[in-house]
Amino acid sequence: MIEITELPLDHAAITDSVRSNLAGAVCSFLGTVREMTGERRTAMLEYEAYPEMALKKMAELEAEARRRWPILEAALVHRVGTLSLGEISIVIAVSCPHRHQAIDACRWLIDTFKDVVPVWKKEVWADGTEEWVHPGMNPPGSGGDGLEPPL
Amino acid sequence: MLAIVRLFAIARERAGRAVIEVELADGANVGDLKAALACEVPSLALLLPTIRIAVNSDYADDNSPIPPGADLAAIPPVSGGCEPGIRR
Repeated sequence: MIEITELPLDHAAITDSVRSNLAGAVCSFLGTVREMTGERRTAMLEYEAYPEMALKKMAELEAEARRRWPILEAALVHRVGTLSLGEISIVIAVSCPHRHQAIDACRWLIDTFKDVVPVWKKEVWADGTEEWVHPGMNPPGSGGDGLEPPL
Repeated sequence: MLAIVRLFAIARERAGRAVIEVELADGANVGDLKAALACEVPSLALLLPTIRIAVNSDYADDNSPIPPGADLAAIPPVSGGCEPGIRR
């Protein structure tokens, strides 16, 4: 299952979808909206995707993971739109014959997802300011997008 | 040829629009497209070194050719998943 959706994610149903009688292990990963980043308080997150490319890259990730591990079933689902604190932004679920395979594959999928799949997050802070999160463009604690010219 | 480029996230906000059309010479590559974008939308110029261009939903380097009618997009560093992006 590869999906980008604006609807809340049913992590139990997604996890169930990868279960198999051939599996000895199912590993699920949930990404959730965290309230505190250091001293800063998040009010909500907004996720935006380039859906056509995101779906293509997610399918490529699944194919590469299947080359590396004996995956029986896999599900990668990302939510877009406005998410409240504690809500689930992403679910990755993998079933394999053995537990270390499922755990390793799930970890590789989420780590690689964050590097290549065109989905973006904007922090809406509790103080009312907003900030796109673009790794490599946001110096920690800068409070800005790190793109102002040097003085 | 006319290149139609979709913009996302900070690139869309900086440009104030979701799509930019620029005229390119036939045989232009991704580097030419970036130069044309910087010229057309000066507010994007500072971002462009960090932006990857996608051609038909694949990342493309500056030397990649742009086929006529290709789907083009400006891709700022991605931050999907859960945690804040890896802040190295």
